[in-house]
Amino acid sequence: MNSMTTEQIRALIARGKMKDTIFQALGIICLAIGLLVIFLLVGDMLIRGLERLNLDFFFQYASRRAAQSGILSAWVGSLLVMLVTAVAAVPLGVAAGIYLEEYARRNWVTDIIEINITNLAAVPSIVYGLLALGIFVYAFGFGQSILSAGLTLALLILPIVIVATREAIRAIPAMIREGSMAVGATRWQTCRYHIIPYSMPGILTGVIIGLARAIGETAPIITIGALTFIAFLPPVPFTATGVDGATAGLFDWVMSPFTVMPIQIFNWTSRPDPAFEANAAAAGFVLMGMVLSMNGLAIWLRYRMRKNIKW
Amino acid sequence: MQIQENPALKAEARNLSFFYGNTQALKGINMPIHDKKVTALIGPSGCGKSTYLRSFNRMHDLYPGNRYEGEIRFFPDNTNLLSPEVDPIEVRMRIGMVFQKPNPFPKTIYENVAYGLRVRGERNKRTLDDKVEHALRGAAIWDEVKDRLQDLAPNLSGGQQQRLCIARALATDPELLLFDEPTSALDPIATGAIEELVHELKKRVTILIVTHNMQQAARVSDYTAYMYLGEMIEFGKTDEIFLKPNDKRTEDYITGRMG
Ligand SMILES: Nc1ncnc2c1ncn2[C@@H]1O[C@H](COP(=O)(O)OP(=O)(O)OP(=O)(O)O)[C@@H](O)[C@H]1O
Ligand SMILES: [Mg+2]
Repeated sequence: MNSMTTEQIRALIARGKMKDTIFQALGIICLAIGLLVIFLLVGDMLIRGLERLNLDFFFQYASRRAAQSGILSAWVGSLLVMLVTAVAAVPLGVAAGIYLEEYARRNWVTDIIEINITNLAAVPSIVYGLLALGIFVYAFGFGQSILSAGLTLALLILPIVIVATREAIRAIPAMIREGSMAVGATRWQTCRYHIIPYSMPGILTGVIIGLARAIGETAPIITIGALTFIAFLPPVPFTATGVDGATAGLFDWVMSPFTVMPIQIFNWTSRPDPAFEANAAAAGFVLMGMVLSMNGLAIWLRYRMRKNIKW
Repeated sequence: MQIQENPALKAEARNLSFFYGNTQALKGINMPIHDKKVTALIGPSGCGKSTYLRSFNRMHDLYPGNRYEGEIRFFPDNTNLLSPEVDPIEVRMRIGMVFQKPNPFPKTIYENVAYGLRVRGERNKRTLDDKVEHALRGAAIWDEVKDRLQDLAPNLSGGQQQRLCIARALATDPELLLFDEPTSALDPIATGAIEELVHELKKRVTILIVTHNMQQAARVSDYTAYMYLGEMIEFGKTDEIFLKPNDKRTEDYITGRMG
């Protein structure tokens, strides 16, 4: 092949750069469309719900009159359900992830488990609701409680936690593991001193992203029978229950009936009275805020914790 | 052959073969490791030096599908390090290792060195402090880090990191220290420091060191083994190997005609 002249080289580069520019423009347009849609949705909710977004809205129970309705029982319910979800899903998911990465031998059994975990993440959430209705609500007798809801959502996010744990563990270089084993550590010591601490940022991020997904779930919660109209809070530990002067135990709240944010929103949108629409929009905006701040927290935590971990 | 009664030996490979799955990486290696001496392993890239070295502390056990044949006898107790009845953790408690690339843990300098002691259940702060200092002095890095023991180890320079890794291995008083090209990622000054250290250390501990650098092998070692394609071609006193090698392949490699 003959060598090209300077002009030919320049023309070639210009053609290549042209394509660069076109692709860049396309990318920006696609990105803008995506962002714009989200922005419009959130903005629309904010505008429609603005009249209801005041402090009272957060500290009032739902009511038959739209203007006096609030989301107190809904956000408290959401937070408590998330607490149960996290407490159940994190130890299970992290332990499963560590087992699969650090202990399990590679064979067809682990292959099948692996495929199943991937599939679990794709199971429609309503199916988890049906499963939980049978197991938690009836078989275990937990009833339509915060506990049932929390455990249901824990099942739902378990694959997310497991996958996040495994990915975080895989990011740890083999030489760190070898360095630990080489001084005579057992597998468990290696996990406890190295694998778990170093994968914590990734695991936490996965957990929070899982929780952010769970907090917006409606279908499985409806399936297990969350109430849509509730004008009391779960019993605070060690306070009077109002029944024969008894005091609530530390964990009585987990068996309490409850509602959560998405169900409250769903309930308001299905009312014939259009006044409730503003409530729904305002509550939607709050829920969106909850999800975004959880994701923000995940990013911040990851950044903070990663600073001290480098190899 | 009654070599195990020879007090001058720390270990001896006997007909050692190793397989990564179906690929044989070591072929019937026989080789003595003399007590409190430095033995250098040389040979072209891919000849099995690391594989051989990592057999001593059963590093291959961490990965599935690996298989040993033959024995590595460890003295004075004449344990076969490769025996399935011998726990690899027991082996690693007696044999320390320093890797090619410095691999400090993302923890403090102090915790890096104390780790081996903690793994052995040491909880006493005084004892830990003493042993950490002793190990850091032994690795000739104490003066550089004594005022910053709580700093993160990965913030040290590469040469300091490598000496820290040596301190980590020294802290637990190993009987044998394995070095896999410990200076290949370091500049000449840091390399010089490590070589001097190796020279100092052999008063206390037996050393087996892989190196790509002929001068380094000549400088630091008492014995040298030349490996080629998974086989031990020649073993002998370093001066003899370098001055009048018996095997043509050794000579070619040493004089730079190969590898
Ligand atoms: N994990 C592995 N699986 C399969 N084969 C391997 C593995 N590690 C090394 N080998 C092969 O075993 C042989 C010996 O490798 P080894 O790493 O021991 O060589 P080396 O002498 O240390 O080389 P270098 O000087 O480049 O470090 C090589 O042919 C290599 O390809
Ligand atoms: Mg090597």
